[in-house]
Amino acid sequence: MTTTLAPAPPRSPAPPRPRGRIRAAASRNWYAWAMVTPVTVVLGVLVGYPLLRGVYLSLTDANEANVGRDIGVNHIPATYEFVGLDNYVRLLSGAEGNFYPRLLWTLAWTAACTALHYGIGLGLATLLNRPLRGRSVYRVLLILPWAVPAFVSAFAWRLLFNSQYGVFNVVLSKIGLPPVEWLNDPFMAKVSVIAVNVWLGVPFMMVALLGGLQSIPAQLYEAAEMDGATAWQRFRHITLPGLSSVSGTVILLGTIWTFNMFPIIYLLTGGGPGDATQILVTFAYERAFEGIRDYSGAATYGVLILSMLLLFASFYRRTLRAPGETA
Amino acid sequence: MKRHPAKSVALHSTLIAASTIAVFPVVWVVLTSLKPQSGWQSTELKLFSDPTFANYTQVIGGTRFVRWFANSLAVAGLTTLVGLFLAATAGYALSRMRFPGQRPLMTGFLVTQMFPVAILIVPIYNIMAALHLLNTYGGLVLAYCTVAVPFCAWMLKGYFDTISPEIDEAGRMDGLTPFGTFWRLIVPLSRPGLAVTGFYCFLTAWGEVAYATTFMVGEDNYTLAVGMQQFVGQFKAEWGLLTAASVLITIPVGIVFFFAQKHLVAGLTAGGTKA
Repeated sequence: MTTTLAPAPPRSPAPPRPRGRIRAAASRNWYAWAMVTPVTVVLGVLVGYPLLRGVYLSLTDANEANVGRDIGVNHIPATYEFVGLDNYVRLLSGAEGNFYPRLLWTLAWTAACTALHYGIGLGLATLLNRPLRGRSVYRVLLILPWAVPAFVSAFAWRLLFNSQYGVFNVVLSKIGLPPVEWLNDPFMAKVSVIAVNVWLGVPFMMVALLGGLQSIPAQLYEAAEMDGATAWQRFRHITLPGLSSVSGTVILLGTIWTFNMFPIIYLLTGGGPGDATQILVTFAYERAFEGIRDYSGAATYGVLILSMLLLFASFYRRTLRAPGETA
Repeated sequence: MKRHPAKSVALHSTLIAASTIAVFPVVWVVLTSLKPQSGWQSTELKLFSDPTFANYTQVIGGTRFVRWFANSLAVAGLTTLVGLFLAATAGYALSRMRFPGQRPLMTGFLVTQMFPVAILIVPIYNIMAALHLLNTYGGLVLAYCTVAVPFCAWMLKGYFDTISPEIDEAGRMDGLTPFGTFWRLIVPLSRPGLAVTGFYCFLTAWGEVAYATTFMVGEDNYTLAVGMQQFVGQFKAEWGLLTAASVLITIPVGIVFFFAQKHLVAGLTAGGTKA
């Protein structure tokens, strides 16, 4: 991908009025445009417009008390005001107090999860890529966490982590160790949410990387073996380069998904204890829908999250662009 | 090539350990669901204690579970249909046609993956309210399409890329329109890819929490992801019911998943390596 990632909503130009050269282009591209129109309209209305609206809200002081609403038949007009960059200044200067701690934890969470997803996924994919008895059984078992809806898994883990009756603490007490507050201790809660998310995300990585491994020609390995390359050298010089395209895609997607991973944290800890496991996305959601609804604050968080991801993605694509890879 | 026995043992034990970790939480939920309603409150480690289906009958007969299940099924089913249609047409155009606006569209699809729910949810909520789509299936379906379609279009483009363009040309020769070629030749040939993508749409809708929690009000309108939160609220924890519900939710998806997983691998790989 060589184009810069612009925060503009996806939008294909509407078929222009047929006239001269434009007419030629329109008749040539008519079908293509017609086929992408449904997507473009849906995304335009439900992503493009909300995005613009969100950016606008982040420049106001809108909250539950001052947005327009209808009570019965009476319409109460909105009274919120445009406040320019005040919200951003408050967040980025640290005056609001929550932004930087949340950001740091979100970064740690994303880095830990993505690294473990990729590392474990690659390890398992490599193991599964050899001739092996029971391979398909292993594969089905290992994919299982992916087959369970994430919200069900979140509840399942909450049961396992239950401080009194959860299976982990019961086992600990049986072997004479003190119970661990898996979800109620700030540090352990962080470890626990990462563990659950890793459990959940490894199968996707494993499957994608396994596909990548299978597309590397076996002759390369045979040739390397004849030349006396060690296992590590084969991994380093054949496997990793052979996987670079798949890896590039899945790491990028994995990072974005983890950064914005809502259900696990929301359902497992609700962001608690305190705000210890609150990542930026869940924190912003809480602003918008709990307590006094702070729409502008939530939108400001949203814009900042999006900007960070866009920066990361364009930087990432630029650094990792493999030679010969096209968009 | 024969593997050294020690190596073989190491390989298998690693895989067995990993499989155990992957499977254990699921198995534990199944076992808990078969215990009596308060059977989870035990400090004894027992795989079985008085196995019974009481939790299941209670969930089905004594709660709104069936209603929530139907809601989830309708929303996820509709999302799959609508999402597949949108993603397939777009994916085909992106794979076969060169047109102005193509590159921005591809980029746009990638960018929408980055949109945090936090920035979109309030404006989408307002749009849905304006369109009177709050608390309806339609509203949720549209919202889920924005989540699932870009990735699916990306995946399907990869899949269509693996089908030889000569097939399109043959169709063109026989006088089919581009849409006819797509509908009559490419769609039937892409069934595995479409199945995988459709399943992805289904899973996205089936498991979504944030939009469902915000958009759907009133116990009768909840989807499963919202309704389940009622079982383990702040003041009570009905883990027996919750685990039984979990099993009932996972079984249909799990069965489809089991059959789809081979295609899932193929579909993802085609998309992944070409993306």
